Amino acid sequence: MDISLQQVGYSYALGTPFEKRALKEVNASIKSGSYTAVIGHTGSGKSTLLLHLNGLLKPSEGTVRIGDVNITASTKAKELKEIRKHVGIVFQFPEHQLFEETVEKDIMFGPMNFGVPAEEAKRRAHELIKLLGLPEDVAQKSPFDLSGGQMRRVAIAGVLAFKPSILILDEPTAGLDPRGRKEIMELFNKLHEEEGLTTILVTHSMEDAARYADQILVMHEGRSVMAGTPADVFSDAERLKTFRLGLPRSVAFQRDFEKLIGQPLDKLALTEEQLAFEIAAALKDGER
Amino acid sequence: MKEILSLDHVSYTYESEEGEPRKAVDEVSFTVWEGEWIAIVGHNGSGKSTLAKLMIGLLFPENGKLNVFLEELNVDNLWDIRSRIGIVFQNPDNQFVGSTVQDDVAFALENNGVPYDQMVPRVHESLAQVNMEGFLDHEPHHLSGGQKQRVAIAGALAMRPKLLILDEATSMLDPQGRDEVIKVVDELKRTTGLTVISITHDLEEVLLADKVIVMNDGKMMMSGKPEAIFAHGDELEAIGLDLPFASRLSRFLREEGIAIQGEHTTEEELVNELWTFHCNK
Amino acid sequence: MLEKMIFGRYVPGDSFVHKLDPRSKLLFVFLFIIAVFMANNTITYALLLGFTLLVIFISRIRLYFLLNGLKPILFLIIFTFLMHFIFTKEGPVLVDLKFLKIHEEGVRQGIFISIRFLVLVLMTTILTLTTSPISITDGMETLLNPLKRIKVPVHELALMMSISLRFIPTLMDETDKILKAQLARGSDLTSGTIKERIRAVVPLLVPLFVSAFKRAEDLAIAMEVRGYRGGEGRTRYRQLNWQGRDTLVIIIFLVLVTALVWLRGGS
Ligand SMILES: Nc1ncnc2c1ncn2[C@@H]1O[C@H](COP(=O)(O)OP(=O)(O)OP(=O)(O)O)[C@@H](O)[C@H]1O
Ligand SMILES: Nc1ncnc2c1ncn2[C@@H]1O[C@H](COP(=O)(O)OP(=O)(O)OP(=O)(O)O)[C@@H](O)[C@H]1O
Ligand SMILES: [Mg+2]
Ligand SMILES: [Mg+2]
Repeated sequence: MDISLQQVGYSYALGTPFEKRALKEVNASIKSGSYTAVIGHTGSGKSTLLLHLNGLLKPSEGTVRIGDVNITASTKAKELKEIRKHVGIVFQFPEHQLFEETVEKDIMFGPMNFGVPAEEAKRRAHELIKLLGLPEDVAQKSPFDLSGGQMRRVAIAGVLAFKPSILILDEPTAGLDPRGRKEIMELFNKLHEEEGLTTILVTHSMEDAARYADQILVMHEGRSVMAGTPADVFSDAERLKTFRLGLPRSVAFQRDFEKLIGQPLDKLALTEEQLAFEIAAALKDGER
Repeated sequence: MKEILSLDHVSYTYESEEGEPRKAVDEVSFTVWEGEWIAIVGHNGSGKSTLAKLMIGLLFPENGKLNVFLEELNVDNLWDIRSRIGIVFQNPDNQFVGSTVQDDVAFALENNGVPYDQMVPRVHESLAQVNMEGFLDHEPHHLSGGQKQRVAIAGALAMRPKLLILDEATSMLDPQGRDEVIKVVDELKRTTGLTVISITHDLEEVLLADKVIVMNDGKMMMSGKPEAIFAHGDELEAIGLDLPFASRLSRFLREEGIAIQGEHTTEEELVNELWTFHCNK
Repeated sequence: MLEKMIFGRYVPGDSFVHKLDPRSKLLFVFLFIIAVFMANNTITYALLLGFTLLVIFISRIRLYFLLNGLKPILFLIIFTFLMHFIFTKEGPVLVDLKFLKIHEEGVRQGIFISIRFLVLVLMTTILTLTTSPISITDGMETLLNPLKRIKVPVHELALMMSISLRFIPTLMDETDKILKAQLARGSDLTSGTIKERIRAVVPLLVPLFVSAFKRAEDLAIAMEVRGYRGGEGRTRYRQLNWQGRDTLVIIIFLVLVTALVWLRGGS
């Protein structure tokens, strides 16, 4: 399912003295099967934007198109549930959404709501417990007896369980230790590559955006101000700076290195592996 | 140098009704000297917060000896010792007691019976130390995470503590909030000689420390200067920890056949090393 | 919806009323509530209404803002008015619609009760609009201090109240987040039988309680490490300051009561 946003605007508390315009004239297009990273300074409207992508918020102005459904200010609540079936959201600190007596039941909650039979939902729950690297015996435990990292995984399983074709991630690794962070990011990447899941990631980590995404959307003060491949976006350091964003460390290092040897490297290195390769190539090149 | 804190074979076990008891801190020993910045790192559940709770007397060691300001912590000196330690926790919302910034900063002063005429200047002074003096009457839900954490630090500073403990105080913040907090603590340490113990996953914070303590499953795995610790790259990765960018890049460069000499934890050092390499060939 | 409601909200300002000590305001409102019941004829009710309008004027709250914010309560007032209108069967008949006879006394009673209700709501709203919740708590704590003698935990109650007030916005945000998360998982709160709807609240309530408990636990620790061990030996950062204008308020009240006694109809 493709997603496109046309001139989308949104105001919180519309028509009151507390009105807050959080999105303005946002345009974006997200192709089915792509991996998009949304970056932007705190309060730039990233989370508000995400809420539009499965109808949790309706635009005050403009149109959000998901697959062949148009969402505008006048769309009825009933039509939105149908969209939610196809769009899963992993919120920040998703473990706060756990509530069932057992892990198994919690994972089954989503699919059952969307009309998946209990048998099938249960099968999926066990599949996902394995996929997320949780111990098998966790299924009958209370989610509240697990460690923080495990709760996070259960909550993610609960979203994957209704097999959305679009997966939205709002800073999914906040508060985890480095290994937990890496494992979860790799898992989402695997799902994206193997199952062709359209993935939209909101992150403050330029490194993650550079490493995983094939498209980047930059938000600034409620507007979509830049879009393009990571290589495009991160080659314009000046412009990013005006949006109060920095460069991924590998790109920043590459720039320092280029200044040092007085010539640019072949490619913009988006990960440290690539950077090591490029630097090695440049240094060896000089030897010949 | 004056000793601020020392642990001598300290252990702690959580008893639970169901399930087996869990040894969260296991025979840990180290000493903290005045003016040091100590970073404690370790995977989730490795016992870092339990250590912090032992230091401030929320828990008592089941084994071993824990001295704070050269006194063994006990029920009689507990409140006195607490008044000389500041601690800031992870969740910015859950430690904001007062209904406005100044009420929150004054909270510890009120509890310790500081007279009113001393309270006012101290509140202002502490808020100035964290660059929040313009926010006296702000309510917590109108502040960003980084601002709330700086208020929490001001609240801890109001009693003019000798020791500041940060238990993942930056882990719920966005990069900007994190920078604000780290900058404030760094500044404090340099200007006032405050002793800092910071529990963190953030490598920038670790690199600022004089000494790093690595926790693994309740045990202290190693301790030393950051450069020395990060030289054990493989061991750290094996227990789920991260390496600084420069260390990781050095490794990949070695794999690519670039013979980097020595251990480099900052980008600056590594660029310099590459420059040497470039010139020498 | 909730954003438009102003009952119980605080709007900062610097009018005479804003600057008053919370104790004088609390005392005044409390006594005023009692005094309202002394009115029993047109002139005394008119006095109450006029006095209330005067207070609104002095506090510089826009009347439009006030009435708009009190819409849900105005509805209640109109409802009580109509009830009296229809059910009081005293005095001469004013209008005879066959199925409904409206008596003069009904109209009178309806208007009086409505005014009584209106001035009570207006006065308390002005109190909360012009006094920050924390000042109200402080004021109550000091006013109720004598009750400590009979072992009422005044300090603890006041602290509890101020912490609850402090956490209301946090918990509202939290509720909104959890609601969104469950909606995204296909939970449906707006359709189905009553039983289904009650069931649908569980995914909202359980996480809310879990998080509230976690917060309470964290907060208790945060308070303890900052040296909190009950009201004993504590000093206060917030100093209440009774000034000339506060005494004036009490005098004004006495004048008002005297006028009410003077003007009320004989029984
Ligand atoms: N429920 C709400 N009511 C009113 N204003 C809101 C609400 N939620 C967000 N806002 C405001 O809308 C703007 C955009 O917020 P949003 O949460 O989308 O930003 P964000 O880019 O996700 O920020 P962060 O990186 O901090 O998560 C901010 O100015 C915020 O204060
Ligand atoms: N109140 C408690 N009751 C029982 N077990 C506990 C309690 N608190 C912590 N534990 C256990 O003790 C161990 C150490 O926990 P601790 O909170 O000290 O870890 P941590 O290093 O701070 O982890 P994190 O990085 O997640 O904050 C964990 O396995 C945890 O499950
Ligand atoms: Mg956000
Ligand atoms: Mg911890």
